[in-house]
Amino acid sequence: MSMYLEMIRVRFLMMLAYRTNYYSGILIYSINIGAYYFLWSAIYGGKEEIQGLSVAQMTTYVAVAWMARAFYYNNIDREIAAEIKDGKVAIEMIRPYNYLGMKTMQALGEGIFRLLFFSVPGMIIVALIFPVRFDANLSTWLFFFISLVFSFIVNTYINLLTGIMTFFLFNNTGLIRAKRVVIDLFSGLLLPISFYPGWAQNLMSYLPFQAISYVPSMIFTEGFVGQEIYNALLTQVVWVIILLIPIRLLWSLAKKHLIVQGG
Amino acid sequence: MFYLSLFFQYASQYLKTRLTYRVDTVIEILSDLLSQGVNLIFILIVFRHTAFLGGWNRDEIIFIYGFFLVPYAIFSSFFNIWDFNDRYIVKGEMDRILTRPVHSLFQIILERIELESLFGAITGLLVMGYAMANLELTFAWYDIFIFILMVIGGALIYAGIFISIATIGFWSDSRTDIMPMMYNISNYGRYPINIYNKVIQFVLTWILPFAFVGVYPASYFLDREEWYGYAFFTPIMGILFFGIAILLWNAGVKRYRGAGN
Repeated sequence: MSMYLEMIRVRFLMMLAYRTNYYSGILIYSINIGAYYFLWSAIYGGKEEIQGLSVAQMTTYVAVAWMARAFYYNNIDREIAAEIKDGKVAIEMIRPYNYLGMKTMQALGEGIFRLLFFSVPGMIIVALIFPVRFDANLSTWLFFFISLVFSFIVNTYINLLTGIMTFFLFNNTGLIRAKRVVIDLFSGLLLPISFYPGWAQNLMSYLPFQAISYVPSMIFTEGFVGQEIYNALLTQVVWVIILLIPIRLLWSLAKKHLIVQGG
Repeated sequence: MFYLSLFFQYASQYLKTRLTYRVDTVIEILSDLLSQGVNLIFILIVFRHTAFLGGWNRDEIIFIYGFFLVPYAIFSSFFNIWDFNDRYIVKGEMDRILTRPVHSLFQIILERIELESLFGAITGLLVMGYAMANLELTFAWYDIFIFILMVIGGALIYAGIFISIATIGFWSDSRTDIMPMMYNISNYGRYPINIYNKVIQFVLTWILPFAFVGVYPASYFLDREEWYGYAFFTPIMGILFFGIAILLWNAGVKRYRGAGN
């Protein structure tokens, strides 16, 4: 256990050493949030609300969705793919820890770093420029952070799965790119799921992606209230459990299958 | 003439390398298509909840997006200059470029062409065709030439902005994140400029004129006469910004001393 904590710490310190790289990142996220802010203001026009969200809630939704992304987003799928390609994964496998566990811990270290040095200052800046509302009450904040943890786990699981696929596909840059686009669209980052037509919502309710961005953002903007919050958190937990199965299966299959391409 | 034959030789070499790794190429084209699809889906879904976006209807917005894709495809096929600093300055590759018998910028363009991005232009034309059919637009025979002029203008604006930013590498080889920032700002140009506030409108028109790649030229074909003045300015802005970029480039090359190692 202490070994895994150490992995989080090392990754955190590593990120800390390059923290200046992140100041421009905050600016980039602010630019994106700004684009969507103007776009949504125009979309609302004079309308009071669309799909139960007011324009103020929508602005907050966009800002929170992007800042939450800084926490759950990571590139471990690419790291795994690179390590499989250059053969490093063989060395990693004989080390006395779980390879996937280690990758998850590194992602967590990165996530915590970004939460503290990216999302928090980013949120302050965004709140100064755009009419974002942070007056949510304590229980909303609490539920938000709980669901944020789950969204990190779900996203990391999906990244692990994508990374492991390299064992079978050898070159999966295409898959990684496609996965990123799918997550942006189906997770609710660009559009709240409730804006989609009925059949699409139905389809997406069977997919894990909305657990990544839609749930925490809706909880924060109070688009979900009362029982809806518990239901949403429950779906996240269900996906956390379900996604473990293909990871286990593919990983044990991959270990038998391992072909090192170079090294 | 020498430049032209060199261009075709590089292009054919490039096609040969891409055809060796067919699957990879196909995947790349598909993933481009996917991200263009996402942008379209976004527009389609948004217009389920509103009839107008800053006074423009669904098909007009789709048309603007389709138009934007064409100059953008040309830009990304021929001006892959976003990693100029890392690839040429820091690694010292610029020294090799300067020994070549053609203009250094042309040499870099040749080396970095990515012809498969041109598929984006086909997507753009299809998207425009779809919007045109819905809007029942009519065209005069000379509109095709105006279209070509506008597309070239738009591509030159993009090229001008990104080349200008790349020349920062001649003065400072430290890592900057202006490039990715610029790609994000360029997204603003895909939507009607009148939805933004005055400061952003000014920036998108005169400082980083991304509006000239989407909404301004597209408004000519959409018969939006209130924007005609801007629309016809597109090729001029293209020449202007590309010209500035060339001047900056030449000044930068003169100043270039090599990274040294």
